[in-house]
Amino acid sequence: MKKKICSKEHQKYLRIRRSKSIIILVIQIALLVFAVLLWELLARKEIIDSFITSSPSKIIQTFTNLVGDGSIWKHILSTLYETIIGFLLSTAVGTVVAILLWFSKTCQRIFEPYLVVLNSLPKIALGPIIIIWVGAGRGAIITMTLLITLIITIINTLAGFTAVEKDKLLLMQTLHANKFQTLFKLVLPANIPNMISCLKVNVGLTWVGTIMGEYLVSKEGLGYLIVYGGQVFNLSLVMCSTVILCFLAGIMYATVAILEKVVKKFFNFEI
Amino acid sequence: MEEIVKLSGVKLIYHSKNGENMAIRDLNLSVYKGEFLALVGPSGSGKTTILSLLAGILKPSEGEIQTSFDLKNKVGYMLQKDQLFNWRTIYKNILLGLEIKGKITKEDKEYAKYLLQKYGLGDVMHKYPPELSGGMKQRAALIRTLVLKPEIVLLDEPFSALDFQTRLSVGEDVRSIIKSEGLTAILVTHDISEAISICDRVAVLSRKPATIKNIYDTRLNEGTILEKREAQGFSELFTKIWKELDIHEEENMFKGTSEIPTDTT
Repeated sequence: MKKKICSKEHQKYLRIRRSKSIIILVIQIALLVFAVLLWELLARKEIIDSFITSSPSKIIQTFTNLVGDGSIWKHILSTLYETIIGFLLSTAVGTVVAILLWFSKTCQRIFEPYLVVLNSLPKIALGPIIIIWVGAGRGAIITMTLLITLIITIINTLAGFTAVEKDKLLLMQTLHANKFQTLFKLVLPANIPNMISCLKVNVGLTWVGTIMGEYLVSKEGLGYLIVYGGQVFNLSLVMCSTVILCFLAGIMYATVAILEKVVKKFFNFEI
Repeated sequence: MEEIVKLSGVKLIYHSKNGENMAIRDLNLSVYKGEFLALVGPSGSGKTTILSLLAGILKPSEGEIQTSFDLKNKVGYMLQKDQLFNWRTIYKNILLGLEIKGKITKEDKEYAKYLLQKYGLGDVMHKYPPELSGGMKQRAALIRTLVLKPEIVLLDEPFSALDFQTRLSVGEDVRSIIKSEGLTAILVTHDISEAISICDRVAVLSRKPATIKNIYDTRLNEGTILEKREAQGFSELFTKIWKELDIHEEENMFKGTSEIPTDTT
């Protein structure tokens, strides 16, 4: 491999930069370890009531039991399935609706008040209606996820579409491009960073939707475990499920972040 | 000289919820094959609107635009900024217009590469716009127009976003490219010196609603734009055009006249 030659000053600058990043990472990990150890210590010394707060060792014990009897995988897979389906559906449907609304300014004006009202509506209020219409199954959970993410996807994606530089649109006009050509050659490529930001927002929202849906109707899943744990005062189960949720949400966010890097590099957008 | 564009009695009225707004009134103008014509006028006088009419983006409310070519396929348009797409290489940007027309032949691709080589962008054709200087990007924008083989090129203040030095060199580039390709061009600018030094004729527009006040022949010599700026008669022409623009008098003359009352009863 060819070695890049750089001055001593630059090497020093790179060293300082690298060590700063390492220090930040170490502090981040140390903070987490400190909080966990403090929690464990306070629970063991009975300064806090571990029946209400649980403790890291009890959470690990619960996790080991759940892995031991194999039941955890059923719950994780169920929640993951609902989240991924909800995420993909809301992203796809939201983008298609935003494209359709971009095509017609009249349609945009017609649907604008509906979008605003639906966006501000607390979706949990629709829970009973969803259960009656869709049934108390997986469909209801995915519908809840869709309701929570869809409207915001439409609003954010459409906002990006309509914010495309006027002069770039004028360029397309001077080249006598039709609406389809303007969409595929300008609006969609120009909106890749915006659409990826939308995906990042959707990752969080789909988890909210799925867990909310599972609170309402499920018989399995991490949301179900949290509700069940709360009902039987098994706080270790609640905490364990929440920690697993944190990991899964983190992994999903990291996947979208990697996708962002790949796509932005492919389309030559600055990261 | 062969007349390739003729605007006769052109009028353009915009409609908005506040009423009607006349942008252009009784505009008569002829453009001849191979000439470089400048349109100068006060800010907001409707210079760009005239280009939009010539490009077929707007239709006149009254009057006629006659051309010896197809308005849709034979007009090239260069905007204030390069408007290159950052997600496309320079070469792919050059091909944008051809892609939209839906017909890229092998000859077109060869022609695009030939133009890029000819005008000094051969080495950077596979780079992305942010990697190029402002002047290079403007040249690329002009080549994106030229590759469509237009009869007339409309230049809408293409140098306004550049610093003075780059402006002079890109101005020279654009002028020599247009001349060497034997094209007709209309340059919209508010810079009188630029208009005189780059163009063959300068049409002075009135304040909105725009009409032609006067047209000056600015063929002082056949040299570069710097030589033209130093030519005898340059200052005289500049002063004449400046007086013709007479911004302060115009302000008083046309204050409020572009608004047409909606109710005339």
